[in-house]
Amino acid sequence: MSTQLIKHRGSPLWVAAMLHRISGLALAIFLPPHFLALGLALEGEARLDSFLRWSEQPLVKVSEIGLVFLFTVHLLGGLRILVIENFAWRDGQKQLATLAAALSAIVAFAFLVRVF
Amino acid sequence: MNVRLYLWQRATAVVMAPLVVAHIAVIFYATRHGLSAADILARTHGSVAWAAFYGVFVLAVSIHASIGVRNILNEWLPLNERRIDACAVFFGLVLATLGLRAVAAVVLS
Repeated sequence: MSTQLIKHRGSPLWVAAMLHRISGLALAIFLPPHFLALGLALEGEARLDSFLRWSEQPLVKVSEIGLVFLFTVHLLGGLRILVIENFAWRDGQKQLATLAAALSAIVAFAFLVRVF
Repeated sequence: MNVRLYLWQRATAVVMAPLVVAHIAVIFYATRHGLSAADILARTHGSVAWAAFYGVFVLAVSIHASIGVRNILNEWLPLNERRIDACAVFFGLVLATLGLRAVAAVVLS
């Protein structure tokens, strides 16, 4: 791979693009089990409830906090892409990408406080 | 990614943006006293509004995610385009089926 292609990989905007991709992929992997879990309601309220009791384990809660972060960061990263593509160019994209990550971390931290 | 898929991905992103914000708000609201099936089903059972909200959400995310997965497979794996298209369509159908089944489960149960 040419050094030109590798050089930009330290850029905050490359990291933002990669984070958008990885978060989207992680959410796509998460969705089928998420839907299957909710589908347990078809077997009755008690069946869904027993799954929800299982999900109260600390490790599952930590995973949920990660998912809230990925969900928020994918939303904010996606909004940044839509704005770039549909409106006049604005400077400060690195700062906006950093702000998106920081806001996502704050939302995830707020969720952490809520579930623990 | 061709223009048609690009437009579908951006259009579904625009549709989902407010839905994601609302879903995050619901996540925070629903976990205020811990999750319980009774609380979830009390909110959603028989609700046309929640069925429409999550029905649209599921369809939009099925399209959006399958196009995204297609792009990633296309760029990261040495597979031919037909195989990648087949994987993406299959994944989108799985998401739509499981998602609509989940919506039916919480609205009709």
